[in-house]
Amino acid sequence: MKLLQELREQDRGQDMQALLDKIPYAKFLDIRAENKGNELTTTLPFRDELIGNTILPAVHGGVLGAFLEFTSVIQLLFQTSCETLPRTVDISVDYLRSGRPQDMFGRAIVTRQGRRVANVRAEIWQDEKSKPIAAAHGHYLLIPSGS
Amino acid sequence: MLKQEMSDLPPHAKAVGMTLVGTEPRKCLVKVPYAEHLIGDPDTGVIHGGVITATLDNASGWSVRCHENWTDGVSMATLDIRIDYMKPAVPGEDLYVEAECYRMGRSVAFVRALAYHGDKSDPVASSVGAFMLGTPNQQGRNL
Repeated sequence: MKLLQELREQDRGQDMQALLDKIPYAKFLDIRAENKGNELTTTLPFRDELIGNTILPAVHGGVLGAFLEFTSVIQLLFQTSCETLPRTVDISVDYLRSGRPQDMFGRAIVTRQGRRVANVRAEIWQDEKSKPIAAAHGHYLLIPSGS
Repeated sequence: MLKQEMSDLPPHAKAVGMTLVGTEPRKCLVKVPYAEHLIGDPDTGVIHGGVITATLDNASGWSVRCHENWTDGVSMATLDIRIDYMKPAVPGEDLYVEAECYRMGRSVAFVRALAYHGDKSDPVASSVGAFMLGTPNQQGRNL
């Protein structure tokens, strides 16, 4: 609760990079977020520690899942005024292409936002946005202020 | 039956801190010790769901290799995985993931997995996934 309130008090409630900087696991993966106008794009720069298959080599499926989840949650926080970090209820990930040893980018769309639950879709790609390497849809529990 | 390719952890599994605790036919058990760099909510110290995703995915893949019909050298790719988060992980506690390959077809293997602390009947998360078998393990097949 403190984390988001702190950022809002500093008038950085929309600064998703500032938020990611405070989350150890986001720092560990080195996920970055950039807002361009009202659109948010996440970036995950490639490094050897992200590899899951050394023969190909390919990025670990779990890394792609985590990146999709971060992209979804960040989009949700960007659009809504949650007081706490949304909690993932479930996420379903489709692996479409193997993640090559390159930087990855992500975008998410909040397909529906209810009072308690939000549905979010996310896609990540490398060279071409039209050739996503993985896609996810998930449900996130929004914890309203005061609870 | 610790197969060579399994004991040789992928770089990301090492970075997260996964260890393969044990295997039995069609099943494997993976442990992730609690660590600072895995925290997803700095206010509570709860590890991020992505850590659980990565571990469920990895353990699921390993359980396929523990199936009696598995042949070494065959490559494998995750088709999809669906994860349900039942409750937040407890800060400070190690996480265990048990995965079971309950069906292995000619080209697709089906796996379910459970993430928990001490009690399997009170899980943190569960997953079901499908794995494509015999995908060409070579570069340039990424169309």
